[in-house]
Amino acid sequence: MSVLVIAEVNGKEVDRGTLSTVTAAQKISDEISLLVLDKSEDVLKGCQKIKGVTKVIAAKGDLEGGLAENIAPVIVEAVKEATHILSSAGTFGKNIMPRVAALHDSQQISDVCEIIDQDTFVRPIYAGNALATVKSLDKVKFLTVRATAFQAAETEGGSADVLDGPMAKTNGLSTFVKRDLSESDRPELTAAKIVVSGGRGIGSADNFAILDSLADKLGAAVGASRAAVDAGYIPNDYQVGQTGKVVAPELYIAIGISGAIQHLAGMKDSKIIVAINKDEDAPIFQIADFGLVGDLFQIIPELSEKL
Amino acid sequence: MKVLVPVKRVIDYNVKIRVNSEESAVETNNVKMSMNPFDEIAVEEAVRLKEAGLVDEIIIVSIGNKSVQETIRTAFAMGGDRGIHIVNEDNTEPLVVAKILKDLVINEKTDLVIMGKQAIDDDANQTGQMLAALLNWPQGTFASKIELNNKELNIVREIDGGLETLKIKLPCVVTTDLRLNEPRYASLPNIMKAKKKEIIEVPISDTGIDFKNRLEVLKVQEPPVRIGGRKVEDVNELINVLKNEVGVI
Repeated sequence: MSVLVIAEVNGKEVDRGTLSTVTAAQKISDEISLLVLDKSEDVLKGCQKIKGVTKVIAAKGDLEGGLAENIAPVIVEAVKEATHILSSAGTFGKNIMPRVAALHDSQQISDVCEIIDQDTFVRPIYAGNALATVKSLDKVKFLTVRATAFQAAETEGGSADVLDGPMAKTNGLSTFVKRDLSESDRPELTAAKIVVSGGRGIGSADNFAILDSLADKLGAAVGASRAAVDAGYIPNDYQVGQTGKVVAPELYIAIGISGAIQHLAGMKDSKIIVAINKDEDAPIFQIADFGLVGDLFQIIPELSEKL
Repeated sequence: MKVLVPVKRVIDYNVKIRVNSEESAVETNNVKMSMNPFDEIAVEEAVRLKEAGLVDEIIIVSIGNKSVQETIRTAFAMGGDRGIHIVNEDNTEPLVVAKILKDLVINEKTDLVIMGKQAIDDDANQTGQMLAALLNWPQGTFASKIELNNKELNIVREIDGGLETLKIKLPCVVTTDLRLNEPRYASLPNIMKAKKKEIIEVPISDTGIDFKNRLEVLKVQEPPVRIGGRKVEDVNELINVLKNEVGVI
């Protein structure tokens, strides 16, 4: 067995999801190669130190924008003797992995949340309302990994060699234009230890500021329910739920969120859930470890002040 | 230009699903079925392109048992022109679906495929990317905005942390995200017209594609139930339990 992990690089470092994927890879094999599609020296140095990684493969050539059309052939070439190809199930991995799997005539397994053995995996279906255990009959297995289901590998203690990897060539099918990322000093939603989320009960885009002071006090990321996004209170990339991001922080504070199945699918694996809602019959209270019934416009400022 | 739009029949998104007593699958008997919501967005986008004069014909494809013809007709009522039903009583995996679609794209000489980014039953999010790979076409996944020119498509994609803009050449595959559009409701006259549109049936065994599943489903289970329900009286008690009882702040 040997595993090839496709690293996702976020600006200057490897994404947290990749670190979780390395942990998942360790449940399959001790031999873990990390394919890095970024030429920065700092990124490569960081990758060498990740605990559990035995080889770092540095891709060359035209890697701009991580275009699927250009980098899929690079991954295909890097697969070589690997038996399992893993990436984190973020939008990067979701975009690229099926393209590579199809070129290998392999049926990918998406969003793996548990590794039973080298052929058998558990994955959520129906937005996590059921868990399927599947056995792959393919010779080479392509997996995307649900980052929140695995601990992040340590970023110190490893000493992997860096090897020259395949050369990416642009094939002219696609051109990268730009990336507009939401600017924030707060932790990234899927990596945050604490998430403060608002729903329709927040009432307006302006009112969302009330969550900012609480989030700043707690060092938390801000999230939202689909209802709040649909109402135009906050951009879509803040959305937690079936159609948004899946988070599993130490503490999730749901404010003015009723608890639609859609939303629960994105946060129910959080360690501790707190719900604050004026409707004492809101379904969110059934799954919240601690519920506080009342007016969020009184409770949140009081909470921010007393913390 | 012809556009191909594959649609999948799934359990309606409002239904609370149940695992069957054998723990082998999710119960689909006597459950309300609908078109996969992301596929509805794909149909809507194709219809808008046709209304803008950029597309001549919309071909709807679905794979499954006889009942998927109802889903094809739903797409007809929104504006689809004709349908292809690949008959398979069993579940069809994404890689097989991609292979079937590849042959259809070649036979029909379509230059554009618009499809949902994922089906809300198996949540695989694979078929569009696989189809693009097999055709060696570019892929515009998770689209929240597209602009079609003669030979090119400008696409804004939903990515972690924000948006990305790409230019991709035609022919190409586009997969839809939620914000691309809001699908229309079909009007009664269009629902009536939809009944007369043509659907060609092709048994999956006639496609010449090896459709054997590569994943064996060993079991399907309900996730562990989370039990909450404890209430606190006020902010002071909340801070106290979070600090001293569970130690998360």
